[in-house]
Amino acid sequence: MTAPVSLRAVTQRYGTHTALQGIDLEIASGEYMVLLGPSGCGKTTLLNIIGGFAEPSTGEVLIGGRSMAGVPPKDRPTTTVFQDYALFPHMTLADNVAFGLRMRGVAKATRHASALEMLDMVGLAEMAGRRPHALSGGQRQRVALARALAVSPDVLLLDEPLGALDLKLRRQMQDELKAIQRRIGTTFVHVTHDQEEAMAIADRIVVMQSGRIAQAAPAREVYLRPANLFVAGFMGEVNKIPLRDGQSPLGPLHPGTGTLCIRPEAIGTEGPLSLGPARVTDIAFFGTHIRAHMAPLATPDLTLIVHFPQNAAIAPGDTIPLFARDTVLLQDTRT
Amino acid sequence: MKVIAPLYMAALYAFIFLPIVVLVIFSFQDGRLPVPPLKGVTLAWYADVLSDRALLAALGNSLIVALVSSAVALILGFLAATALARTVLPGAALIRGLLIAPMTVSYLIIALGLMNLWRELGLTVSLWATGVGHVIINLPLCFAILYAAMGDQQRHAERAARDLGASEVRVLWHVTAPMLMPSLLAAFFLSVTFSWDEFIIAFLLTRFDVTLPVEIWSLLKSGLNPKTNAVGSLVFLASIAILILLELTAFRKRAP
Repeated sequence: MTAPVSLRAVTQRYGTHTALQGIDLEIASGEYMVLLGPSGCGKTTLLNIIGGFAEPSTGEVLIGGRSMAGVPPKDRPTTTVFQDYALFPHMTLADNVAFGLRMRGVAKATRHASALEMLDMVGLAEMAGRRPHALSGGQRQRVALARALAVSPDVLLLDEPLGALDLKLRRQMQDELKAIQRRIGTTFVHVTHDQEEAMAIADRIVVMQSGRIAQAAPAREVYLRPANLFVAGFMGEVNKIPLRDGQSPLGPLHPGTGTLCIRPEAIGTEGPLSLGPARVTDIAFFGTHIRAHMAPLATPDLTLIVHFPQNAAIAPGDTIPLFARDTVLLQDTRT
Repeated sequence: MKVIAPLYMAALYAFIFLPIVVLVIFSFQDGRLPVPPLKGVTLAWYADVLSDRALLAALGNSLIVALVSSAVALILGFLAATALARTVLPGAALIRGLLIAPMTVSYLIIALGLMNLWRELGLTVSLWATGVGHVIINLPLCFAILYAAMGDQQRHAERAARDLGASEVRVLWHVTAPMLMPSLLAAFFLSVTFSWDEFIIAFLLTRFDVTLPVEIWSLLKSGLNPKTNAVGSLVFLASIAILILLELTAFRKRAP
């Protein structure tokens, strides 16, 4: 099952602190939406408001067109995969997964059959009789997912679900999450502070900044056409070159005033925009690329970070003419 | 040091257990007085105890008062602890303090207060009054044990249960209580032992039907007698049984 989620002018205040400020967001039915931002940006508060664990100070939440005002979590068409999984330690995996169906009055045989099916989907069917403490972190995460999906929610909320897993397992679970979401078609709203995770799984990324939405767009757009300097910096490393009336420390680069943002991999030995020659001050081999610190001859105080191909023959002290593509001019509003 | 440590330990255990050992040994005394020398071994005093109707009635009364008052104290303590652990209430510290306060009040004061209250209400003292007194002394204990046992894991699991569609009552029944089972058992059995042993409240608040400690006390009024030793030994045996039960159930599950 699946349903769209509408957030209309949602504001959340705690005393004098404003955690969310006028959030307007339409999440389509069956969309995989990722809420991304640093800690304290309001992404978890927003998830809690959708799940019913917090009521917004003002504004409205609609799920499947129905207002959720005053509807407690147990009556919402949402379920949650919690950050610490929150499995029931005194129940077997089958009972954990069957819990939601039990609360809905489904007969024992039926709910256990469904629980086994869900456990099978996450590859843990043969462990159905075990208890959560016997599982690894990754397995617990799968059980939490199976438990939340067993009641066929319209919207699945995931609160930093992969935060406790090691990098390799996290990448694997990202792929699995996305595959499962594609198969069942449920709307997923996933909170994370990891921009790579967001790009790996999201149909659309909502970048949040101090209780507001800074940008809501597909990964490519958020990365290549960031809405502001905060988004540019949060989505990955970026070189920032100040511009004033078309003039920069590197000479005339681009008309206008503001900050010219260039990703390290968008600088190289060819491209539409010449940055002039620069000297290599330091390099490091990263496997997929070579990361170099470059000092432009025009302004040696400015350091550019450049990603060269793996096989590039460069060494500290080399002077290389640099060119850039995919540049974005952003205005200095606030960072 | 190698000699002193075991000696110290032996002395300490002797200090704690010698009176009980003496009590048990002289419950088998083949004579009129439970004092050395041991003249012979007999089970006559146990037979005497087990055929004493008043004593057996008192034992039954004690058991009922202990089980019922502990169950009531446990339920009240559990509800109070869950409420205070999961919600932020204004004056929560004061509420907690008032709940735990009776622990610091002497049993004598509680007994006197209850006695007066019972008289004001026009009721006659009884096992019921004793039971109420035992709920008063055990409720703070149950509350403190259960409140201390509730942590984040508990709160998060309760939240997950609500998220999956459980009403508050079902959250308590399916998640909170089972997760707290070791603490619930510990609180219950501790309450039972405290109620089982309690003398002053039972003494002041019973008249015709009395609890075991009160009955033993009236036995003692007629002088030392191996029979009282036999009763004492049986009571001790019951306490040990509860302790072993606790070890096997509540405390074992503590280990993850």
